[in-house]
Amino acid sequence: MSFGWQALPLHIILVSVVTAILIFALGEQRQHTRTLLNLAGALLKLLLILIMLLAIQAGATFEFRLPLLPGLDLLLHADRLTMLFATLSALLWLVTTVYAIGYLEQSPNRARFFGFFSLCVAATMGVASAGNLFTFFIFYELLTLATWPLVVHRGTPEAFAAGRLYLAYTLAGGVLLLIGLVWLHTLAGAGDFIIDGSLAPIAAGNENALRGVFVLLMLGFGVKAALLPLHSWLPRAMVAPAPVSALLHAVAVVKAGAFGLVRLVQDVFGFELAASLGLTDLLAWMAAATIIYGSVLALKQNDLKRRLAYSTVSQVSYIALGVATGSVLATVGGLVHLVNQGLTKITLFFCAGNYAEAYGIHKVEELDGLGERMPVTSVCFTLGALGMIGVPPLAGFITKWHLGAGAITAGAPWVIAVLVASTLLNAAYFLPIVQRIWFRPLPEEMAQRHDRLGRIRRAALITPTVFVAVASLGAGLLAGIPGSPLFWVVRLVGVEGP
Amino acid sequence: MATPLQTPLQTHSTMTSEALVAVIFLPLLGACAAVMPGRFPARLGIVAGLLPLPGLLVAVTLAVWHDGPAWLELGGWAAPLGIRLFVDPLAVLMLWMVAIIGGIAAAHAWFDFPPGTGTGQKFWPLWLLLISAMNALFLSADLFNLYVCLELVTLTAIPLIALAGSKTAIRASMRYLLLALLASLLYLLGVALLYNATGTLDLYLVSDGLGAAPPMVVTTALALISLGLLLKGAVFPLHIWLPQAHASAPGPVSAVLSALVVKTAIYLLYRLWLWSVPATVAAEGALTLLAVLGAGALLYGGVLALLQERLKLVIAYSTVAQLGYLLLILPMASSSAWPIAWQGGTYQLLSHGLAKAAMFLAAANILHGLGSDRLSDLQRLDQRQPLSLFALAMAGVSIMGLPPSGGFLAKWLLLEATWRSGQWWLLAVLVAGSLLAAAYVFRILAATLRRDDPTEARPAAETRSIPAAQTACALLLALLALAAGFAAAPLLEFIEAGTPGTWSSP
Repeated sequence: MSFGWQALPLHIILVSVVTAILIFALGEQRQHTRTLLNLAGALLKLLLILIMLLAIQAGATFEFRLPLLPGLDLLLHADRLTMLFATLSALLWLVTTVYAIGYLEQSPNRARFFGFFSLCVAATMGVASAGNLFTFFIFYELLTLATWPLVVHRGTPEAFAAGRLYLAYTLAGGVLLLIGLVWLHTLAGAGDFIIDGSLAPIAAGNENALRGVFVLLMLGFGVKAALLPLHSWLPRAMVAPAPVSALLHAVAVVKAGAFGLVRLVQDVFGFELAASLGLTDLLAWMAAATIIYGSVLALKQNDLKRRLAYSTVSQVSYIALGVATGSVLATVGGLVHLVNQGLTKITLFFCAGNYAEAYGIHKVEELDGLGERMPVTSVCFTLGALGMIGVPPLAGFITKWHLGAGAITAGAPWVIAVLVASTLLNAAYFLPIVQRIWFRPLPEEMAQRHDRLGRIRRAALITPTVFVAVASLGAGLLAGIPGSPLFWVVRLVGVEGP
Repeated sequence: MATPLQTPLQTHSTMTSEALVAVIFLPLLGACAAVMPGRFPARLGIVAGLLPLPGLLVAVTLAVWHDGPAWLELGGWAAPLGIRLFVDPLAVLMLWMVAIIGGIAAAHAWFDFPPGTGTGQKFWPLWLLLISAMNALFLSADLFNLYVCLELVTLTAIPLIALAGSKTAIRASMRYLLLALLASLLYLLGVALLYNATGTLDLYLVSDGLGAAPPMVVTTALALISLGLLLKGAVFPLHIWLPQAHASAPGPVSAVLSALVVKTAIYLLYRLWLWSVPATVAAEGALTLLAVLGAGALLYGGVLALLQERLKLVIAYSTVAQLGYLLLILPMASSSAWPIAWQGGTYQLLSHGLAKAAMFLAAANILHGLGSDRLSDLQRLDQRQPLSLFALAMAGVSIMGLPPSGGFLAKWLLLEATWRSGQWWLLAVLVAGSLLAAAYVFRILAATLRRDDPTEARPAAETRSIPAAQTACALLLALLALAAGFAAAPLLEFIEAGTPGTWSSP
């Protein structure tokens, strides 16, 4: 156990934890100090992650180990998959913090909000850098604890009802995960579970036990990843403020679940073993069902944020689908979607937040003609929507192209049908919104109204929105150049993939 | 399994012996000083009675760590005639809990019961006597001495509850008194029968005589002793006295009652069934029965905690529930997973003690600050008493068994043990119990974040201020419960060395 350079993943987590504690300690009134602290924490974290990224490129390894129980360690490490998720979450934390500062101006309980916001990011970093499932579980549950106060932040009965539902789902999922882990621990003994193919030696004779473990873990991760029968908490959690929704959908909770599924298939079981037990087919079918079902329900939603939420239910399952399909190309598609969906969806949520804050608009039908009133936000929203649909050459297209091509090499052409159906449905629920924004006339009474934002707030809301929109545009347009998410994912899969 | 000690282990160096005697007698002498009028003797008694305990325990811990469990013969008189003390890792753990939780709760009580004043004059002698009695109980090896200690613990705890002065507190302490006296009688009757049958009162020698004794008598004796202990330990369905008593006591008293006093009875149940009675087929039935009661406690206590409208009552019912975990491990005593179950059980003992004491101290601060502990009055607590809420929430994480906390590690060990020993019904009870705990803890937390009118302006100065040190006491205990989630490895190694059944005389 060393706390020095080797323990950099720990320090990166601690940056957010310390930020959270200081924010709690500062109290409600010290707004400027809090803002400064928030930004400093987010920047420092991003800086540390960049340093770690460079070091890993240069061949360095990081590991922090603290024995918690006999044979069970708290293990933090950094592999390429860690860095993919960590970089995404650190970057989006910074952006979302800026956005949230503008969004929550004048509203009560900001210290509480930003404190738990930081804790939430600390937990996400822990999930990203967990070196075994035991550590993963610790941070996964911490994430539940840290996000609950954010979900109920508004303090309304509706928010508490959503919070209760959220807890019921996530804590029950946590229990399944815990039982699965205990089972796996008794099967595989002491050791770090996240090692390639570490379960292969014990597979003979334990097939059904391993199937049981996989299903329990899949359900445990599936709750947060909003897999089909376990998804209903997500749309209800939309009562939270927009930055929370953005963070929940793009970086923290949903992504942690999807990330867990990736780890489960790739690192805990290894694709070969999971496929030979018939488990990847199960996951692929569940993911496919979720993709279609989420999109169909999104069609019916009139509330903008709820429509986006069902869209998330659908889109996040691309990640699981790609990993479960298994060929190199499909895995690339799935993993790159971890980033692409994050950037695109956060753009959409920021835009939805901007509409709500500027004009109090929450429903899809109220968006008529807003393009002329809020051109920048509307352009960003349009980019996000097109990206989600997968219009070439935007980010979603990169995902779908790799998924489709990968499905063919893996001999699972039915995936193409799912992709086509999903794309059509995506278009069916996003394009009418875009059409309303740009081609419908602004209603009379809207023409009289002015937006409620001041100059500073407008800047604080618009800047991050534009930033993430440009980033998501770049993730698609510039996918071929070194440094793009696709570039990282290809290297990642090339080195560690199946 | 439990191989009781046939031959005495080595006696430790005199320095350790003196440390052990001091652990019992320093608080006792402190109590004598605190009876005297005036501020100075009271303060001296408290400080001298409590402050040296951790230092003394370091010496004891090191000795037990290096040389294993040991006997201490008071006055040099050997076993059947003399009074023997016995110290092993479990006893050391309990002594540490008394020293730390008792010490921090005493620091909290210092402000509500200033030494040398009217209430302080009544409070501190009782408090120090209680600490002394608990320490003596954890070290005694003799069933009759244990009876005396158990009586002392009860008879000092009850007036401490009554010191709250409210009508509910008086009534609750009266009920506690009557049931505790009944429990003592049952216990004493059982001990008399056992003495008659085996000819010894030594907790660790009783097993030698059990074989020759008439089985009916032994069974009756063990049943009577256990019944007495179950009543004192408030194990479901004999818990009826606990919630009101623990909820109406003054804050620091509630903390010590829930974290330590009820555990004395559980501790003796452990000693009786895991040390004195060798695991036979008959004993297995009894252990399963105890676990069934534990399961009942966990579920019934959890549901009732969920229905309470007052914070301190929720916490008190949570104690009823959490005691259940301690009995759940018993049926695994003969399985190969027993060392894990034992570690889980004792770690639960420790984590629950720290977390529950933190919760009661935080609740006392909240009650003091708001003038009410109704859940509906806790609105906007995050602005009115953020630190007390923080302590409450952190302790709650441990009670729920969520990471990172001692409660989580205990739950993991318990789950692992049930899984390895194939006791599926225990697994189901554990899971249900922890989900119930999550439900009642989050119910409290939700109540504290609620705002009836979101547009309402900042509250006026409706909150009475609490001494910072009292807030710090609750926070410190909560942090310890959190730290227990990281420092388990050496502690468990120490606990494991004392697993009943795995160590025997050298």
